Amino acid sequence: MSAVVNPAALQCPAPLDAGDRVQLGHGSGGRLSAQLVAQHFLPHFENPALAQLADASIVSVALGDVAISTDSFVVQPLEFPGGNIGSLAVHGTLNDVSMMGASPICLTAAFVLEEGLSLAVLDRVVAEMARASREAGVPIVAGDTKVVERGKADGMFITTTGLGVIDPNFCPGPTRALPGDAVLVSAPIARHGMAIMAAREGLSFESAITSDSACLIPLVNALRVRKVDVHVLRDPTRGGVASALNEIAAASGVGVEIIESALPVPADVRAACEMLGLDPLYVANEGVLVAFVPEAQAADALQALRSHPLGAEAVRIGTVVAAHPRLVALRTALGGTRVVDLLPGDQLPRIC
Amino acid sequence: MKYLAEYRDAGIARTLIARIRDSATRPWTLMEVCGGQTHTIVRQGLDELLEGAVEMIHGPGCPVCVTPLEQIDKALAIAARPGVIFTSFGDMLRVPGSACDLQQVRARGGDVKVVYSPLDALALAQKHPDREVVFFAVGFETTAPANAMAVFRARALGVKNFSVLVSHVTVPPAITAILEAPDNRVQGFLAAGHVCAVMGWEEYEPISARYKVPIIVTGFEPVDILEGIAMAVAQLEAGRHEVENQYVRSVRRQGTPPARALVEQVFELTNRQWRGIGEIPMSGLALRKEFAAYDAERRFGVEGLKVTEPAACRAGDVLTGRIKPPQCAAFGGACTPDRPLGAPMVSTEGACSAYYNLAKYRMADAGEGTS
Repeated sequence: MSAVVNPAALQCPAPLDAGDRVQLGHGSGGRLSAQLVAQHFLPHFENPALAQLADASIVSVALGDVAISTDSFVVQPLEFPGGNIGSLAVHGTLNDVSMMGASPICLTAAFVLEEGLSLAVLDRVVAEMARASREAGVPIVAGDTKVVERGKADGMFITTTGLGVIDPNFCPGPTRALPGDAVLVSAPIARHGMAIMAAREGLSFESAITSDSACLIPLVNALRVRKVDVHVLRDPTRGGVASALNEIAAASGVGVEIIESALPVPADVRAACEMLGLDPLYVANEGVLVAFVPEAQAADALQALRSHPLGAEAVRIGTVVAAHPRLVALRTALGGTRVVDLLPGDQLPRIC
Repeated sequence: MKYLAEYRDAGIARTLIARIRDSATRPWTLMEVCGGQTHTIVRQGLDELLEGAVEMIHGPGCPVCVTPLEQIDKALAIAARPGVIFTSFGDMLRVPGSACDLQQVRARGGDVKVVYSPLDALALAQKHPDREVVFFAVGFETTAPANAMAVFRARALGVKNFSVLVSHVTVPPAITAILEAPDNRVQGFLAAGHVCAVMGWEEYEPISARYKVPIIVTGFEPVDILEGIAMAVAQLEAGRHEVENQYVRSVRRQGTPPARALVEQVFELTNRQWRGIGEIPMSGLALRKEFAAYDAERRFGVEGLKVTEPAACRAGDVLTGRIKPPQCAAFGGACTPDRPLGAPMVSTEGACSAYYNLAKYRMADAGEGTS
């Protein structure tokens, strides 16, 4: 009556082709996981260190100090004019490492994917990420992916970590601002935040505002090569230029005075800010650096920045002062003064 | 940008400042009614540039500042309910209620969304027929037409899961209340340009005549405000008192009749509490009976909620110009922008928060903040 069953011969026609969406199985550690890595990550990120697929990658570092920075990216929408979460995750961490004057040598990336994420979106994100890494000349040498149930993440989150080698002769730091320093910005401000806001709110303007997301290594190198004694470098991301200046003023115990009419705000960004009741000084940037340099080297530094397309519109926006330590003051176009303080939380659109 | 750049022109502004300084034979005290005007004055440092000639008292025209604690608490109670999507203009999210604010309600699981228009809230209601969408209808006559339109359209479209928590206030009764106070110091007003763009200025004429004060309908850019101040000072110096219109590019005497008609159709006058000031008779708008089905207070049964405002907060005295913020005992101690007791400390251009920042700046400048 009973037939002999050979369990090994039982075959379930489970298709390995997972369709066009991320499934929980992609995070199982099984064949789907391997397939995800082989088909959607490795072709983009190809480099010898990563190709070993070992538990850890090995990189060679010259003796000396290294700078390490890590950052998580949760931006919505995942794709926006001027970039996507992948390029942003590369630029953001590379820029953080660069702001210490370090030369980035490698990156790692960890992905949390939400069940149901379109694999086409994942491919575009990873491709952009790889492009950003190639352009910067900094490989992604280690990575990890996890999949969480639908509703437990917003499409995908990416965490990147960057490692850079410190040049002992080029050491900007947040505590080094001195009265008399010139305060420079490398490009027009507030583009990233407004690009995201416009995409999120479905606002359309005559032309789409594009994010400024970019790798700042070339600008830092330009300053280094020109032998500018940069006292402070900062990429004013969340909280914008206003928050970055406040943090520097506090860390260095100095006052900062900026000139409203000198602030470079693109006309479309300004219009969007006006409409939404936001202050561009507090809006995020992803491809702008703020540099504090000695007055005597201000012209040199500007020239160095302007020698690269990313810094073509670099300008001086203010000066470090001994008065009002730890405060940032803005000289208005009319000659009045106002304190530019840290915001207690998010910038909220105003009613009137 | 056309119609903006010319009203921010530093040269014209400086000429106006010089004109005001030259014409003022004594210091005058004026009040700008609207929070949007306060915003420009504080951001541009206009009060500093006019020091000695004109003192600007920041008036009660910031809807965030005057929305009573009671209405905030009702908003918090409704927003915390399951199944509700509570929508609001952005800056209401940080206004403290008795126990918390809307941001904290959101962190605890309430579905609170920032919208830019009540019509966006109505669209949300159509998109989520299984949820109750509530819009926090605050503001002066400026926001009233759009809010009226949302209710009007909800009825026309048969959208049943939409309602509004109304906390509308109107300007003329507030000006009257300030002028009626025995210790009033205000000698002239800059009326809110956008309110008048809707309502016109007929209702201000009897106030100006009765209390003998200049009232200038004024716009929001630096040049607008300085021109409005110059017009008020010119009247005061000449002993005149009348309603004049500085904001000619937007405002006509009769306002915008279709908008007024819509407001009239949906809302009626009611007594309204003003935060820190108390009740001002016939100073608010409430939904008419025909639209009562869209009243969130009724729908969620929160009409009876009564709250006492914290005694330490003297927001009312600040908003009516009786005291300057530093004269409040709570200022800078119990009440700071990070832990505001009252609404004028909440928004960056609120009178208390503006003074707080200025005080910090002057202290640091005098070398007291260097420890």
